[in-house]
Amino acid sequence: MILEIDGLKIHYSTRAGAVRAVDGASFAVPEGRIVGLVGESGCGKTTAVRAIMGVLAENGRRAGGRVVFKGQAIDEATTRKLLWREIAYVPQSAMSSLDPVYTVGAQLVEVLTKRGNASRSAARARAAELFDLVGLSESRLADYPHQFSGGMRQRAAIAMALALKPSLLLADEPVTALDVIVQRQILDMLRTLQQRLKLSMVLVTHDISVVAYLCDDVVVMYAGQVIESGPVREVLARPRHPYTMGLRNAFPDLMSDALELVPIGGSPPDLSDPPPGCRFAPRCPFVLAACTTSAALIADGGKQAHASACLRDDEAHSLRKAAMDPATWQRSSNFAMS
Amino acid sequence: MAALVELRDVVKHFPVGRSLGEVVRGEHPAVRALDGVSFDVGPGDAVAIVGESGCGKTTLGRLMLKLVEPTAGSIAFDGTPLAGLAGADLRHFRRQAQLVFQNPFDALNPRFTIYRAVAEPLLNAGIDRAEHMDRVASAFRRVHLPDLDRYLDKYPHQLSGGQLQRVVLARALVLAPRFLVADEPVSMLDVSVRAGILALMREVRDTMGLSAVYISHDLALVRYLCERTLVMYLGCIVEDGPTDEIVRRPRHPYTQALVAAVPVPDADQSRAPLPISGNVPDAREPPSGCRFRDRCPRAMARCAAETPLLRPIGDGHRVACHLDLA
Amino acid sequence: MAERAEPVLPVRTGWPLLAVLRRMAAMPLRDPFAFTGLLIYVLFVLVALFADQLAPTDPLEILFTKAGKLAANVPPSLDFPLGTTNLGRDIYAQLVHGTRSALAVGLSAAIIVAIVGTVVGLVAGYFGGMVDAVLMRIADMALSLPFLPFVIVLTGFLGASTSNIVLAVALLLWPNSARVIRSQVLTLRERAYVEAARVTGASSWRILFVHIAPNILPLSFVYAAIAIGWAIITEASVSFLGFGDSESVSWGYMLQDAFSSQALSRGQYAWFVPPGVCIILVVVAGFFISRGYEEVFMPRLRGR
Repeated sequence: MILEIDGLKIHYSTRAGAVRAVDGASFAVPEGRIVGLVGESGCGKTTAVRAIMGVLAENGRRAGGRVVFKGQAIDEATTRKLLWREIAYVPQSAMSSLDPVYTVGAQLVEVLTKRGNASRSAARARAAELFDLVGLSESRLADYPHQFSGGMRQRAAIAMALALKPSLLLADEPVTALDVIVQRQILDMLRTLQQRLKLSMVLVTHDISVVAYLCDDVVVMYAGQVIESGPVREVLARPRHPYTMGLRNAFPDLMSDALELVPIGGSPPDLSDPPPGCRFAPRCPFVLAACTTSAALIADGGKQAHASACLRDDEAHSLRKAAMDPATWQRSSNFAMS
Repeated sequence: MAALVELRDVVKHFPVGRSLGEVVRGEHPAVRALDGVSFDVGPGDAVAIVGESGCGKTTLGRLMLKLVEPTAGSIAFDGTPLAGLAGADLRHFRRQAQLVFQNPFDALNPRFTIYRAVAEPLLNAGIDRAEHMDRVASAFRRVHLPDLDRYLDKYPHQLSGGQLQRVVLARALVLAPRFLVADEPVSMLDVSVRAGILALMREVRDTMGLSAVYISHDLALVRYLCERTLVMYLGCIVEDGPTDEIVRRPRHPYTQALVAAVPVPDADQSRAPLPISGNVPDAREPPSGCRFRDRCPRAMARCAAETPLLRPIGDGHRVACHLDLA
Repeated sequence: MAERAEPVLPVRTGWPLLAVLRRMAAMPLRDPFAFTGLLIYVLFVLVALFADQLAPTDPLEILFTKAGKLAANVPPSLDFPLGTTNLGRDIYAQLVHGTRSALAVGLSAAIIVAIVGTVVGLVAGYFGGMVDAVLMRIADMALSLPFLPFVIVLTGFLGASTSNIVLAVALLLWPNSARVIRSQVLTLRERAYVEAARVTGASSWRILFVHIAPNILPLSFVYAAIAIGWAIITEASVSFLGFGDSESVSWGYMLQDAFSSQALSRGQYAWFVPPGVCIILVVVAGFFISRGYEEVFMPRLRGR
């Protein structure tokens, strides 16, 4: 495993009290694989990734848990040294994070010389190499960011992330803002890169279709916790957590015959005061009394093949059948109030 | 049956600032957002307009609501041309055609309470204050926000995205319009919330007999709402037909690429290369003839010389292509 | 569900303009600097209102000692708290009565600048096109004029009265606020809720008044507060240079008088320091208040 997250807790201090954005998340990234970190807004996926990189906002801090990279535990101080070199990060607004007053080539060269200690000529050669890697023409090195289209800017941001030959790439919603054809091209490019450079990747997204297309493994987060993880094929075809089952129903599938999209009623809990027990319990159609008092967290740092944080995990097969029936979700008490 | 909304050869160009050279040469560069769009929306129809950014779909939506004026061509609502509508006639039109916005957080004035926001169309239309409460209450019931008192005094930042979008929809419905344009109404909402809003829009359409135009870049979503889909590329309609046909048997090469590019939640989906090359051309200088020809895998010589027109190839299905696609 | 007897628009759902005005009135209570500024203003306003009671002597009256000699350059004493000028006039009385002139100039300039700047900014920004082009070209012309020379020339033409000075200052200061307000209106015009108002049939005036104006009102106050300081300094400068209104006593007049009587070289500090200090205080107070409104307008400026 190139990256292991064990019981990570990240708290933000706000005027309203501490917001427990990530509360005991555990998962692992096998070397050379692409892991999709998926969940809705507020589930903590972006916070988790930023914590790994040590780029949390000022009022955020790690309140517990471990992050282990290549066998070594890292904290905010050590991560800064690793930034760009071993672990690279493509943030959510990467497209607009390119400085508009410098050419893209100049920005690439700066990363290579300042952080990579390369000479200017070596840096320029490497910049051309990187552009080629991400499918951009070398002549565009002299262009300014505003002359690039959205897809091209994203490619440039990825090129910058790969400049110093990292072994792990963390990408936060890299294709969300792009048109579907460009999105597909970027995803294909990421897959090619991963194969050529033997990269490990963590892809943060809210779109399980993107995860299905690109990722080998998937980690599903909800309200600051990891509630299911495993190989993509397994988790999508045979989900074991009710939230994943509901998500599957709520996601449109272009090719399926179903003409119903079934919403999950209710809304995610307030993370400054989360409910005791399972955080999905208020919205879960299969809730039991025990669910509101004790939660089931994924243990062992997520090393099991297909793990699910549900007390009724052993009934997953029959729950899955019931989850496919829209009536199950409609009967859930908080239906229609999202 | 007469169409509710009729568009004929609608053109919209946005002039751009000229460089000195262009001024000297007498050129007038413009972004050609729409170049000759014609279609009808019948009463009770649900039509989706899909395409990538820059195809002109948002501009088309704004034109249909007279928020923008066309450069050429005509748009008519219920037989009356929109051009030249003013005063009482314009207000009458505004009561019948409404818009649902993409970003629920921005579509409501942050200083207005929810009640005030939903009541505003009533104020604008000069409806008697005595009726306001009832109308607002019935609009709230339609969007399944029945506990009025929970929401009326709240401000937008106190509500969730899904609730806000319902409020936006309530505001659009409070005057009982006949025509609704929804511009990416769920793209800013979480996935688990989208399904609820889409189901609501479908229900509202059925119970109120609205005609609706649904603008989206997400082909996978429009299937759930619209029986008919228009596919646009760089300001032109390239295919117009039953949504099911468009998705299962796309005819136009662009539609085929678009459908192939949409990922599905299936780990075994096809990862074959897309039948399309290059990038979207500059909207100020689109290719001559068929605008898609420089990216089309099946382009012919004729495509550069002659712009293909929309021609019927089946039951309610039109394609703008020189290829034989029947 | 509770029944409402008649449609009540609860007070909080009222006109957003009222809510904004209330918030702006309450601003000084939260910001210590702005509060200080407000205190200073209040102090000066009180002095101006009760000038006759605080300094019963006529500021321009030439005074004589009991012995019948001119009471010139008398050092500060109980009868004359700040002494007298070299023409025997009571400096303290001049200072107190000068407050009226200063405040009149400052406040009237501020009001004119606020009103003209806001209206022009709103109209130019919202309606655009020809109206915008014409208004902004006029603004450009006003901005290209050199400040003090223009004021002097204008008062030369129209006569050296306080109101002409105010007019000149207002003519030169309105473009600043107009331009900034205009660009803010341009941004607001594109917001989705403004578009929503159009779609639901609101008239342009309604949109301007109800949706856009409340959001730019803090800006108007910022520029008004700045204008007070500018106007007072300009009036002082113009008077100091000798082009001011010789009929009324102002702080600038006092400074000019002191200068031409060589009060500095004679060390008669009680004459020229007080008016200078008063000018500084009023201008700084204006700055503090405008800074406070800036933070109302852009909350991110507030320290964490």
